[in-house]
Amino acid sequence: MNAKTLLACTALALGLAGGAMAQDKTKAGFIFVGPIGDGGWTFEHNEGRMAVEEHFGDKVETVYQESVPEGADAERAMTQMALGGADIIFTTSFGYMDPTINVAAKFPDVKFEHATGFKRADNVSTYSARFYEGRAVQGHIAGKMTKTNKVGYIGSYPIPEVIRGINSAYIHAKKVNPEIEFSVIWAYTWFDPAKEADAAKALIEQGADVILQHTDSTAPQAAAQEAGNVISFGQASDMAEYGPTPRVSSIIDNWSPYYIARVQAVMDGTWESMDTWDGIGPGMVKIGEISDAVPADVKAEAEALRDAIAAGDYHPFTGPLKKQDGSDWLADGEVADDGTLAGMNFYVEGLTGDIPQ
Amino acid sequence: MNLASISPILLLASLMVAATPILLAGIGELVTERAGVLNLGVEGMMITGAIFGFAIAVETQSATLGFIAAAIAGAALSLLFGLLTQYLLSNQVATGLALTLFGLGLSALLGQGYVGIKGVDVSKIHIPLLSDIPVAGPILFQHDLMVYVAILIVAVVWATLKFSRIGLILRAVGENHEAAHALGYKVIRIRLMAIAFGGACAGLGGAYLSLVRVPQWTEGMTAGAGWIALALVVFASWKPWRVLIGAYLFGGLTVLQLNLQAAGMKVPVEYLSMSPYLITILVLVIMSSGRGRAHLNAPAELGRSFHASS
Repeated sequence: MNAKTLLACTALALGLAGGAMAQDKTKAGFIFVGPIGDGGWTFEHNEGRMAVEEHFGDKVETVYQESVPEGADAERAMTQMALGGADIIFTTSFGYMDPTINVAAKFPDVKFEHATGFKRADNVSTYSARFYEGRAVQGHIAGKMTKTNKVGYIGSYPIPEVIRGINSAYIHAKKVNPEIEFSVIWAYTWFDPAKEADAAKALIEQGADVILQHTDSTAPQAAAQEAGNVISFGQASDMAEYGPTPRVSSIIDNWSPYYIARVQAVMDGTWESMDTWDGIGPGMVKIGEISDAVPADVKAEAEALRDAIAAGDYHPFTGPLKKQDGSDWLADGEVADDGTLAGMNFYVEGLTGDIPQ
Repeated sequence: MNLASISPILLLASLMVAATPILLAGIGELVTERAGVLNLGVEGMMITGAIFGFAIAVETQSATLGFIAAAIAGAALSLLFGLLTQYLLSNQVATGLALTLFGLGLSALLGQGYVGIKGVDVSKIHIPLLSDIPVAGPILFQHDLMVYVAILIVAVVWATLKFSRIGLILRAVGENHEAAHALGYKVIRIRLMAIAFGGACAGLGGAYLSLVRVPQWTEGMTAGAGWIALALVVFASWKPWRVLIGAYLFGGLTVLQLNLQAAGMKVPVEYLSMSPYLITILVLVIMSSGRGRAHLNAPAELGRSFHASS
């Protein structure tokens, strides 16, 4: 055997081994709406992605694309990922709903997982977290802590997920502070630090001393810090770098267990289209540490509320509750069903302003 | 609706902050255009300034050094444009657009390690007596230094263009480069200096976004501010003080729409969001039609290349 043949054989063997390895690997793709360093929503999804890599080691390969606009370009990114050999693709923003359904129809063998949406198919699952459970805890702290009785809320888009959060926070703030008022600014973006900062400043200038945000960047935290005397809550991620004030607590999205379970299901061939909506109890939503800026009794109450929700003893939407127009929604003791919550498009009684349609 | 909750004093104060980035970029572009060069790369130079300013400020913990670095970076990028358009005689519109795309990509690459990092504190200056005047004090005299630097630059540009020999030469180059060349002025060199000045100002404007207004680094954070600055120059019909008025008008609308929302005004949010852009278009239309047209006074050689042998 001469040197040339030897080399060729070695190359062939290596190539075969490489090919075999590639087949063993499960490829998981992630489509992100913002940069992975946004410190909020996308950051936590990326943490979940890294947890998948760590858990499965060599058996998995992950790919991701960040800052993908919600629209036609999202279809291109997903198609590219599916053509690139991804076995499962997580699309992590509400606006990817229709693009995900469209692309999934073209790739029946690829599994898709769409976050926070409500459209499913045989190869499209949906998953979301019950952020409103965390909002209840925030509302309680906000109602107790505010001195001006004005809470500023930066909304992204008027979609059910955001409206649920506003309602839940308001109900629980009102419970402990009947004087409370909410001002909502719709930013019409998930991620635009300049606009988020300006919105926070406008709310603070109008007397709000609590800032709640449903947008992804830490810019509102920075604005609250600069203003002083204003408290805020980390959104999607802990945002602990802004504690102990202005950030007094946070809602943390914990996607890792879900991502690991779903990738495992693909590996085992047991993946099925399903709808997952987990809250504090199963650990998909975590309440970030409540800082010392919150008085001990308020902190204890907030933690009790958190634990009651986690244990299933208390539902944040428990009657009697009325809609904004004064019509009855939930009778005394009745709790909201998931269907109504999933499509929530109304404010509860007491909130001012209109939801843009 | 509760309009009483909008404090006019705070509104005017935040207006000045919101207007500063486009004011800086606009006044820089005005000088460039008065020299007869159309640089559409303002957005690219701004975002490059934003990342350089932020990175240097974080590394050195000095906002001043950050602003200086941003100005240098903006000027360096604009000189690339200058080299291409003035010596290699490339098309100014195409080169300017390319500069914007290049700046956006370059800044995203350089900014990889700076996403999610907290910026440095830019201290607000407090002028004894002046800052304490009721009403006018909080509006005018309690900002960070860059707000005043921006206004100072406008004043200096105005005085230089109107009263000084340098200003006269710059305008001559912009109005008729053949004549300026015949008189012995170095057209290319003068234009390059104007381009560099425009780049430095755009860099400062970008750094103001990443260091003061937001303050953090995010990919694509200028979000179209450079294009607004370009429109501002036309809006101002190439006159420095009008750039200031235009910038405050635009900044004011941006801030006002958020304040109106917070006050719960019953106007659909979509209209409020588009109002700054709508009014910009409206003003442009009014100014460029009928009697207003005569006052537009665009530099005669705007966008035309100069070559000594031609």
